[in-house]
Amino acid sequence: MIAPVPITLIVNQERIEAMVPPRLNLADFLRDHLSLTGTHVGCEHGVCGACTVRVNGDIVRSCLMLAIQAENATVETIEGLSDSGEIADLQMAFHQRNALQCGFCTPAMLMAAQDLLLINSEPSRDQIREHLSGNYCRCTGYHAIVDAIESTVRARLERAE
Amino acid sequence: MKAPAFNYARASSVQEAIDLLSRHGDRAKVLSGGQSLMPALNLRLLAPEWLIDIGPIADLRRISVENGLLTIGASTRHADLQRSPDIAAHAPLLKDAIAHVAHPAIRNRGTIGGSLAHADPASELPACMVALDATVIVQGPDGERRIPAADFFVGIYETQLLPDELLVAIEVPKRTDGARHFFREYARRSGDYAMAGLAAEAEIDGDMFASLRLSFFAVDERPILAKASRHLIGRPVTEVMLAEACGALGDELAPQDDHQATIGMRHYLARQLLIACVVSLLGRSDLGARVVA
Amino acid sequence: MMPGMEGAGLSSLDRPNSYIGKVVPRPNMARLLEGRGQYVSDVALPRMVHAVFVRSPHAHARIASIDVSVAKAMPGVIAVMAGAELANVVSPWVGVLSHLKGLKSAPQHAIAVDRACWQGEAVAVVLAISRVLAEDAAEHVAVEYEPLPAVINTRTALDPATPVIHPELGDNLAFERKIDAGAVAAAFERSDKIVDVEFVFGRHTGVTLEPRSIVADWNAGDRRMTVYLGNQAPHMVQNIVAKHLDLEESQVRVLCKDVGGSFGLKVHIYADEMAVCGLSKLLRRPVKFVADRVESFNTDIHARDHICRGRIGVSHDGTINVFEIDDLTGVGPYSMYPRTSAVEANQVIILIGGPYTTPNYKGRTRVVFQNKNVMSQYRGVGHPIACSITEGLVDLAAQAIGMDPVEIRRRNLVRDDAYPCDSPTGLKFESLSHHASLDKLVAMMRYGDLRAEQTQLRKEGIYRGIGIASFIEVTNPGAAFYGVGGARISSQDGVAVRLDAAGAVICQTSVTEQGQGSESMTAQIVASAIGVSMEKVRVILGDTDNTPYGGGTWASRGTGIAGEAALQAAKVLRGNILATAAAILQGKPDDFDIIDGMIVDAHGQQRIELNELARIAYFRPDTLPPGFQPELMATRHYVPRQYPFAFTNGVQASWLEVDVITGKVKLLKHWVVEDCGTIINPQLVDEQIRGGVVQGLGAALFEHCIYDESGQLTNANMADYLVPMAAEMPDIEVGHQVSPTLETELGAKGAGEAGAAGAAACVSNAVNDALSPFGVTITEIPLTPKLILTALGRI
Repeated sequence: MIAPVPITLIVNQERIEAMVPPRLNLADFLRDHLSLTGTHVGCEHGVCGACTVRVNGDIVRSCLMLAIQAENATVETIEGLSDSGEIADLQMAFHQRNALQCGFCTPAMLMAAQDLLLINSEPSRDQIREHLSGNYCRCTGYHAIVDAIESTVRARLERAE
Repeated sequence: MKAPAFNYARASSVQEAIDLLSRHGDRAKVLSGGQSLMPALNLRLLAPEWLIDIGPIADLRRISVENGLLTIGASTRHADLQRSPDIAAHAPLLKDAIAHVAHPAIRNRGTIGGSLAHADPASELPACMVALDATVIVQGPDGERRIPAADFFVGIYETQLLPDELLVAIEVPKRTDGARHFFREYARRSGDYAMAGLAAEAEIDGDMFASLRLSFFAVDERPILAKASRHLIGRPVTEVMLAEACGALGDELAPQDDHQATIGMRHYLARQLLIACVVSLLGRSDLGARVVA
Repeated sequence: MMPGMEGAGLSSLDRPNSYIGKVVPRPNMARLLEGRGQYVSDVALPRMVHAVFVRSPHAHARIASIDVSVAKAMPGVIAVMAGAELANVVSPWVGVLSHLKGLKSAPQHAIAVDRACWQGEAVAVVLAISRVLAEDAAEHVAVEYEPLPAVINTRTALDPATPVIHPELGDNLAFERKIDAGAVAAAFERSDKIVDVEFVFGRHTGVTLEPRSIVADWNAGDRRMTVYLGNQAPHMVQNIVAKHLDLEESQVRVLCKDVGGSFGLKVHIYADEMAVCGLSKLLRRPVKFVADRVESFNTDIHARDHICRGRIGVSHDGTINVFEIDDLTGVGPYSMYPRTSAVEANQVIILIGGPYTTPNYKGRTRVVFQNKNVMSQYRGVGHPIACSITEGLVDLAAQAIGMDPVEIRRRNLVRDDAYPCDSPTGLKFESLSHHASLDKLVAMMRYGDLRAEQTQLRKEGIYRGIGIASFIEVTNPGAAFYGVGGARISSQDGVAVRLDAAGAVICQTSVTEQGQGSESMTAQIVASAIGVSMEKVRVILGDTDNTPYGGGTWASRGTGIAGEAALQAAKVLRGNILATAAAILQGKPDDFDIIDGMIVDAHGQQRIELNELARIAYFRPDTLPPGFQPELMATRHYVPRQYPFAFTNGVQASWLEVDVITGKVKLLKHWVVEDCGTIINPQLVDEQIRGGVVQGLGAALFEHCIYDESGQLTNANMADYLVPMAAEMPDIEVGHQVSPTLETELGAKGAGEAGAAGAAACVSNAVNDALSPFGVTITEIPLTPKLILTALGRI
């Protein structure tokens, strides 16, 4: 057996020290070790996007990253973004527009959407679709998600004025 | 599925990485961004005994320009390339190409060195390196080797990199004034691997190509620097020349059949890319409609 | 005002503060938006072990031996088991129903015994303290296979030279049905043009984002099995688990909480899930199984995969005289249990030509066994195929006589004033709106302008196409679907509502929630019917211990059936509340109304709040008149009896561009007009439509389970099996017609599958429209660049 390795990182503003097997990926670490089950696992080969989290401010696929690689990193999950209120407006827009059905893709979809809005304050519908193109949603057909992000864009622009 | 068990070693310097590689040889895999390695591990297609993580080596993540020579550290992420003003200025081909590499979350982890060392024949960056006439710099126990990109890629997932060598940087030569580039790929969906793609760099003199580097990908076991370009250089391009180039291209490519495209379709798509490239770079929309390829 | 609600003017569902027909955000969504849902993959119980299955790499093979000794000795392993051992705990089943006459299948075990019949069938299982350790050990289960000849090609499955998969069945024919209505031969004879083509539909699958997941927890102490399962039909699962594990139904509790996508894929119970239940009973501890994505592709039901020859006869004046089809489908080695694998073919044959007036129709469908993964019901069940064939033939007929596709439909769709009427296949239509829907669609999409744009762009070498598809949809199925065939799958649903002691309403319903909005729909109806705000209504679902008995959420039945039960239960509770109010306030029940949780009198005067009424009823019944007993809980059940199904209708259109150089199709816009009767929440209906459309668009352009000639599924991962993603999907505009069913007070019909029904047909028709200058017709999906370039003769 390969011995677990110590890691130290910040998850949702909380300092975490843990022993992890080298092969443990970040998604499983968050879900199984920290009980942060808002990060979902849909394919485990980096295609569906359901496991998207933020590491050091960048969205990444947590199934394609080892927990060990998060040594000294700052990790933010949907639970953290929800508690901080950073995406409260996006969440509200998703709710109002029914931009989620089963909700399984939703945490990652919100991560990807917020990522876009941080780098582009006024994206077009096509740009929204392109930025979400790595996040699979089987329920909505995407239209409502694009609408919800668009309405958040408008609301944020109005607030900024 | 979950990855099979492996040992993990963190390299904090290039020398340490090379030492580790020397010790573990082909029982080890270098972990860079992990965006190709991790899926293969999670699908249990690979079972290395060791992963050597080069992520902590700070020197490897850099973009610098000296005397017009662009140097890109191997751990530079796709996202870094996409945002870099130096890349936009000195290798705009790369900036265009990166937009086609998977999706934002992948581009935030994937590295240029990882992409080149992985050498997926359908991958964008290896083809760009060939088009840009870049030099791949590798370091091993016996020191540094500098390998022209056109020679670096050997086959499917195969390069000249030896098991105890580490790809450390890429050098892209100075771009001349008037250099132009073209990048296009045909993929089923945004971010998918290409069915066929073309990365090209050209120098244009009036209405002629002074030089033209056509680097096709996903149409052979590795990126192909097409000699068909010789039909197009030094004279104003005519329909006949373009048709000749298209004809010559077929002999140079050995594409494979897969779910998305047959061998014949890949040849066909490569010809369409060639036509589109010439039309675009020379601004000759008259050529495209007329050449039947 | 709704019929039957005339009693008190204030109490109708369409009064001003009603939630019916209103866009109301679904309740309890913060849970999912904040990552606090509880999906089965999130469930963790004390002493839980993880199951990983060893699956056959061969399409067909005898299992010569299984050596589990190495695997058993590996770290963390609790048990390793093959099929024969498990068969002592889980009895085999045969997926047939008596109303699908002639349907046959062979006994199927939870884990294969002696023989594996498709690549992916489980042959052994490893149980370990973690998933990863179970996977490690599974690699060391040594199985010796003797490959057998495999039946792969559907077209040759019935040839005498082809081996028979289950020799005891005599041949590979699982099911056959023929229909011959009207005067088919004469109708072809008088037709000016006859179009005769073969349609090919790729095999595809549901790809729910959350893979199938189950936790089975046998508590030996209270001798009960609790099954946590992402499933659409908890009571069906309760029955099947009890039956095959030799338990009483009362010993099985099925819990369906948050479900990460279902789409019919999770209306079934799978062999490996049954194995997990059996393993929990054997090990006397909780067992969890979450399908890996690769095994999802290999074991989640597949669907479609039809080859169908279609003929249509048409006169120069546009009259469609006749449809004829000969359909063939391969469904894998077993008919799925308990819903069977013949329903899709059966739907295809009965739905062909459904929107049109012609009485002449001849059809045959044959369902054959193959050594591929099992096929069964997935969203739309047969509709997308029937619609694509019908609408493909109609467009080709229009083209043959030089008539506009809209015009030929106007001349042949059943008139909106012709109802009630029957189809040639015996379908009973209560009230449909094909013409009004088509008119609305044509206006929404600005059909004339698009045609002009299309003509103009063609001159510039840009090839755009318009495709239209009218459709009918089976919704609100009664017992005709399963019950009459002997399946213990309820067609009725039950809803219980009660006023709690603080004046809030608790509602238990037998339908489930997988994101459609069952919870919202129920709360909207109950709140409106009682007269309280929706915030006061809590809906409990997905728990066989705590809901009335009923069918669940599938076949577009939740709103039409359970919604009606909710309405009737709420009305009874309302009456009981008013009776209690009358007792407290010393009046007659008719003197009072409930508005926003307040008892008001005939003058609109607020008299007593519901929480006060509840306080008196529950804590001070001594103050009520002698002999008066408040009944603040009511239950009602409902099933449609007059019509076997409530048919809905609609029409869709696609506007797209075909790049004739690359063969790539770019979807530009999609429109839908559908008629699901009374709409409870327009937003939820629209989003059901959009989601269904995109599943149809996926089938049209991308999705395909590609088997090689040896029966290997060659693209069983998400990189190679292409699902529709945001960048390629168009905006989808949705409009409505409203033809309520008069069979219920609510008047609601289903809407869950309408989107999937017609989307692929539109795209096929639009691609053929775009390519018409090239004289090219393609009748196969998915419409890949390879297919299109081949048809264009470019490769």
